[in-house]
Amino acid sequence: MTKKKKVQWFWMWVIGSVTLRLILVYFPRNLNLSSRPEVSTPLTSLRRLAEGYWLKRSSMSPYAGSMYHGSPLLLTFLGPLTVTRIEGQPDQLLCSLVFVIADVISATLIRAAGRSLQAAYSSSLKVIGLHQLSETSEVLPSGDFAALVYLWNPFTIIACVGLSTSAIENLVVVLSLYGACKRLASLAAFGWVLATHLSLYPSILIIPVILLLGYGPDAPPRKLFQQRIKLEVGNSSSIGSNNLKEELKDQSSVLKVFAWRLVVHFFIWILLWSSYVLVLCGIYLQKHGGLQELYRRTYGFILTIPDLSPNIGVLWYFFAEVFDFFRSFFLMVFHGNILLMIMPLALRLNHRPCFLAFVYIVISSLLKSYPSVGDSALYLGLLGLFSYELKDIRFSFLLFAGYVGVSLLSPVMHNLWIWRGTGNANFYYATAIAYALFQVALVIECVNCMLNHDRMVTKLTTTKLKDAKS
Amino acid sequence: MALLSRKGTLFMLFLFSIFLLSASASNGSGEEEEEEFWEELLLKPLPDRKVLSHFHFQNEAPLSDSFARHHHLFPKSIAQLVKKFHIKAMELSFTQGRWNYERWGGFDPISSHNAKPPGVELWAVFDVPPHQVDASWKDLTHALSGLFCASINFLESSTTYSAPKWTFQSALGSLRYGTLPREAVCTENLTPWLKLLPCRDKAGLSALMDRPSIYKSFYHSQRLHLTQAKTGADPKNSRVVLEQTLTVVLQPNILTGGTNYVSEAKMQPSWSLSSIFGRKINVERGLVTQLENLQSSTATFAANGTNLDDFGRNVGFELSVNPDRVLKEVEKSSSILYEYPIKVHKDSEQFDLGITWKHPVIWSTPHAPLYASRFLMGSGNERGAIAICMKSTESTQGLVAANYVDQRCNFQVNVLQIVPWYIKVYYHTLQLFVDEKPQVLTDFVERMRVSPSEDKVSPGLMELVLKLPCEVKSAVLNIEFDKGFLHIDEYPPDANQGFDIPSAIISFPDFNAGLQFSDNSISKTPMLSKLQERSPVISYTEVLLVPLTTPDFSMPYNVITITCTVFALYFGSLLNALRRRVGEEERCLNDKGNTQLFQFLHPKTQVT
Repeated sequence: MTKKKKVQWFWMWVIGSVTLRLILVYFPRNLNLSSRPEVSTPLTSLRRLAEGYWLKRSSMSPYAGSMYHGSPLLLTFLGPLTVTRIEGQPDQLLCSLVFVIADVISATLIRAAGRSLQAAYSSSLKVIGLHQLSETSEVLPSGDFAALVYLWNPFTIIACVGLSTSAIENLVVVLSLYGACKRLASLAAFGWVLATHLSLYPSILIIPVILLLGYGPDAPPRKLFQQRIKLEVGNSSSIGSNNLKEELKDQSSVLKVFAWRLVVHFFIWILLWSSYVLVLCGIYLQKHGGLQELYRRTYGFILTIPDLSPNIGVLWYFFAEVFDFFRSFFLMVFHGNILLMIMPLALRLNHRPCFLAFVYIVISSLLKSYPSVGDSALYLGLLGLFSYELKDIRFSFLLFAGYVGVSLLSPVMHNLWIWRGTGNANFYYATAIAYALFQVALVIECVNCMLNHDRMVTKLTTTKLKDAKS
Repeated sequence: MALLSRKGTLFMLFLFSIFLLSASASNGSGEEEEEEFWEELLLKPLPDRKVLSHFHFQNEAPLSDSFARHHHLFPKSIAQLVKKFHIKAMELSFTQGRWNYERWGGFDPISSHNAKPPGVELWAVFDVPPHQVDASWKDLTHALSGLFCASINFLESSTTYSAPKWTFQSALGSLRYGTLPREAVCTENLTPWLKLLPCRDKAGLSALMDRPSIYKSFYHSQRLHLTQAKTGADPKNSRVVLEQTLTVVLQPNILTGGTNYVSEAKMQPSWSLSSIFGRKINVERGLVTQLENLQSSTATFAANGTNLDDFGRNVGFELSVNPDRVLKEVEKSSSILYEYPIKVHKDSEQFDLGITWKHPVIWSTPHAPLYASRFLMGSGNERGAIAICMKSTESTQGLVAANYVDQRCNFQVNVLQIVPWYIKVYYHTLQLFVDEKPQVLTDFVERMRVSPSEDKVSPGLMELVLKLPCEVKSAVLNIEFDKGFLHIDEYPPDANQGFDIPSAIISFPDFNAGLQFSDNSISKTPMLSKLQERSPVISYTEVLLVPLTTPDFSMPYNVITITCTVFALYFGSLLNALRRRVGEEERCLNDKGNTQLFQFLHPKTQVT
């Protein structure tokens, strides 16, 4: 009964968020969100996509003219929608509807992933004997919570109404994570291939996805299970109940063994999907330079940062100011920064692949060349999935206030600089720096808190084990 | 060495009208090897009390074996350029000021050929394989830059030039076109230009070029046009024609002694050569041995169609020298050309042509079919829109009135718009308003060619061929753009002044700018034939000044250090968080605490 009520309550909120979006979609002229630098970067702007589609229709390469830098698939999918106008309706209504739908789908996927994560986590807590913790972890339905955070996050709403293609990029990332959580190798591979194709940075998610497929969803450190199983086996042999013994052995086999088969399937699917995507792109760009042109104009554009128009990141100003002969050095440093952190994080958090994916997403949205609020929307939504583990996070109020403050100040500074001419670029850059600092603080606090949580669990189990032994 | 003989002519045209002088010279060493030189001056009073003076020097040399090695009259430096870079045709113009199409006219050969955008404009057609065109262009810009003491070498960068296809007829793929709207034109550019003349400014018409009066003018444009004229099938017969023109719009000093029954303010100012330039044509000096005078004038009481007989009585002015010949324009306007070949004035000491107005005359010059202007829309430094507005003038209204009444009448308009790469134009936002109503593009655009700009590589180019109905009142093209953001090194020294968008070129191929004179039979001087040549009507729009946002130019070190600090903070603290072992730390702390406690309780015992 209560469950049914809960479900209804969830869908009420979903419908509410969709209505809010639709209301906002009908006032696009007043809001003019699609031209905000926070929303539309050179990679996610729908206006550039429309230009690319126009170029393609007038039999030119869609990448001619350094306007469009996205995927050809997105062009075939969204391009026709940008030119269809419905009488008496806002210009880009169909595209907005697509983005609203994409948001709702991502939210439901986050919810489903969250539910399976929560179930797996509480059961694994039970296995190591922490029944009390397992019960408290089920108090808050973190999946529903995360989905609603994603849907009602002002960043998501702004990105959706502002016609940024990041809604679709987020959808494929979430799809990949969902597929991995549900251990569907083909879906995970599909999501990962598309996400990498659309925006390159999600390619680092291959590590958490493999870990998810191999070991299953997030769990306390694996060492604890082994200790527990040893103890249980010892205890049960003394008790002599064969049934329990069998059960425990099954559990141990499930928990310990890395599912190589699934991972191999995943790789085969990756091969299939990526060749499929590449063939489609190749056909699309046959007359316009082929795949080489595609890589040069999309990945090349992301990696070399030639467009210096302001966004909420700090790299645009950095590369507008830095001396030309240092340019390639700093390009390597900043992209290397993302890659350098992959291994340490993977080693330390390998038992929590979903959280690892979250951390990777935060890091890439912090260091990526053209960040937008859509990226923040994704990781803030995923943050809700770990609401139980991260309940003891420090500085949460400070972080919250910082995000609010920056998102209020940043448009003001942009207006002062660009429109009024009374401020200069440093004003806007200062808000970008503050935003970067808050993101850094968030990711570090999250990692710290998760490690502390692990320590707490370890401590509890070891004391329990000691009690049991004694 | 053959003696140089010279012929000279002087023309004058009035009320849409001329006064002009020419002198030609040739070396007489045989028909084939002949080099020829003419000089002519055309003076024309403009409706707004100004005077247009148009110097025309034409130099011809056969493209023979000795070309670019030895010349009598033809400038060797130009001959070498032609030979080295295989130039088929080229035009270079230096302009200061803006041609006022509304007052000074836009439908005559002078405005079509000599009204140029401010700064430097250069186009060239090369006779080389397509892949070498860019290299030739780059070399040519450097050579010209040295030759004319101007920063033409900035046109070398691929972001500044483009290859339009439909606007210039002589195109065929190997044409390159570039402009420098901000180039300041001054006497340092005129001197090398004069150097190309056989006598510099020491003799002949160029002696009239008084620097102060030229550079205080409202508009001046010096131009150098190079073509190859083929006379027969044999390529050896072709000749290289170098045409140098200087067009100046001056405000003459008002001569006293006009009639006094009308207020002086309404009278056109009377002037003479000496009052305009402060100099007279000195007949006895230099190479000019013979002078010929030709005066022709055209009275345009356009409304009541005055004929030549009436003209003598009705015309409101008097010329100080009698013309040799009078030519009347028949087609467009009843303008009259007075011709003064200078050789007639053999013995007269100095030739000083003047005009004295008797009574006030008001007339207007014929306008281009559409009067084009261009402006920017939007505010702020993020985005904007360019609008090209074309309004109909009396020429199109006349077209409707003419014989097209029964069938649908259209005329063609070519628009060429070049934008630098930092103006990121969204070509899909192109809108066309005809008579202030939004229209579907395909109804009016016959052909369209877009080569979008590429960041830091090439400018954007848009060529449109519009078919507009004759009864059109106005047509507005509107296209949106985003403003780019540049690296600090890419900003020019005065970054806050803004960036220039070169003029758009609007041409009307269905209209003929050439004049038709009543008697075509008489021998033509080069300028006369140039005036009669069939050519499309071309007009240039304004140069636009776009302000772009600037970063803080003093900040590079601060930005580098602050950004790197943030990333160092991220890297260091995240690594620290991952590496920390709280359990060990606690144990350490506990051990330490224990030992300290122990020491506190038993201060005298040694702890090992």
